[in-house]
Amino acid sequence: MIYRKYRTMLTLTRIALLWAAAASFPLSATAQDAGQIVIKDYMFAPTSVTVKAGTTVKWTNKDDEPHTVVSDAALFRSGAMDTDETFSFKFDKPGTYHFTCSIHPRMVGTITVE
Amino acid sequence: MSDDKLLHSRRNALKCLAQGGAGTLFVLAGGVFTPLDLARAADDKPGTAKLGKPLFVQISDTHIGFNKDANPDVDATLTQTIDIVNSMPEQPALIIHTGDITHLSKPAEFDLAQQMLGGLRTTELHTVPGEHDTSDATVTEYFSRFGKASNNKGYYSFDHAGVHFIALINVLQFKPGGLGTLGADQLAWVAADLKGRSSSTPIVVFAHMPLWTIYESWGWGTGDADQLMDQLRRFGSVTVLNGHIHQIVQKVEGNITFHTARSTAYPQPIAGEGPGPSPLKVPADQLPKMLGVTSVFVQKHPSSLALTDATLA
Repeated sequence: MIYRKYRTMLTLTRIALLWAAAASFPLSATAQDAGQIVIKDYMFAPTSVTVKAGTTVKWTNKDDEPHTVVSDAALFRSGAMDTDETFSFKFDKPGTYHFTCSIHPRMVGTITVE
Repeated sequence: MSDDKLLHSRRNALKCLAQGGAGTLFVLAGGVFTPLDLARAADDKPGTAKLGKPLFVQISDTHIGFNKDANPDVDATLTQTIDIVNSMPEQPALIIHTGDITHLSKPAEFDLAQQMLGGLRTTELHTVPGEHDTSDATVTEYFSRFGKASNNKGYYSFDHAGVHFIALINVLQFKPGGLGTLGADQLAWVAADLKGRSSSTPIVVFAHMPLWTIYESWGWGTGDADQLMDQLRRFGSVTVLNGHIHQIVQKVEGNITFHTARSTAYPQPIAGEGPGPSPLKVPADQLPKMLGVTSVFVQKHPSSLALTDATLA
């Protein structure tokens, strides 16, 4: 019992340390969350995303239908992503980047890089 | 082979098709393509003997590479479709594929599709790409295999049996949020292609996405198709054939008959039912009735074509 309690305390300490480490870099954590776009029900979610320059944005297809991510300005173009496949692109320069799905052109989204 | 045996083998082929879907057979009658049931035609029921000579068969949306619940074996349903076409009493002069040959534009999918379509007794195959065929990052897989006919432009024309065929591409230039697009260059090419052509020439136009707006919210249409129709209106017999929506929708406007074909792979919902045009899962015994091919027959004269649709069951 004593041994088990000790282990639990150690685990809690580890978690606390990790928590502190994460909290000391809140910007990168937020940017990473913001760089996730899910494709579901023929929509990009969220439709508009704002990230810091240097962020890699990742799109994940959660539909049974393939989708693509194509930049209006021909900056990037994924191949067809089947279910659960992903595409990533790193945004280095500030600006507004519109994108669409070439298979379903009604699907549109925007990345704003600050 | 005796007629009895032939009929028997055809019936067997149709029985095989009970698992999948076929294409559409076209007969131009009185200047208007009339869709007929290909399964009925192959079954020699009354009336089908008067169809005339088969001009061509339209196969569409084979989606080789698709493996989801709506049809885990699209290879089998394409094979069944090819068997139906090969068992027609008289072989069509040519085959048209109205796009979405593959599901993901992968080289292996194109290779398999080409190999399978090579099993058709009719060897003259004309294709246009669907958006699923141009979804590779470099947009090169389709053109490296089928681009020769159009000098890699995607649009071309040819003549057969007095009918002028025009193949168009409307899946490359999407306006974000909009419909398919033909574009100014292609429309100018069509104008040049039709210039000086007699209005009595029967015209068959084929492209992947519908060349009229069926349902804008799902992109079921082509934004600048009106400019194409303006050029076609003077002709006495125009047939516009498309795929994309995996179901038959028809419209007649003056001398222009519009027709979309069934897929050989999987059905899609009726416009507006659900969040998008996802593969539609139906009971296994319903699937073969929702897949098919379209065939076109010439009756007496090229301006007299009839159109028939066949399902796999």
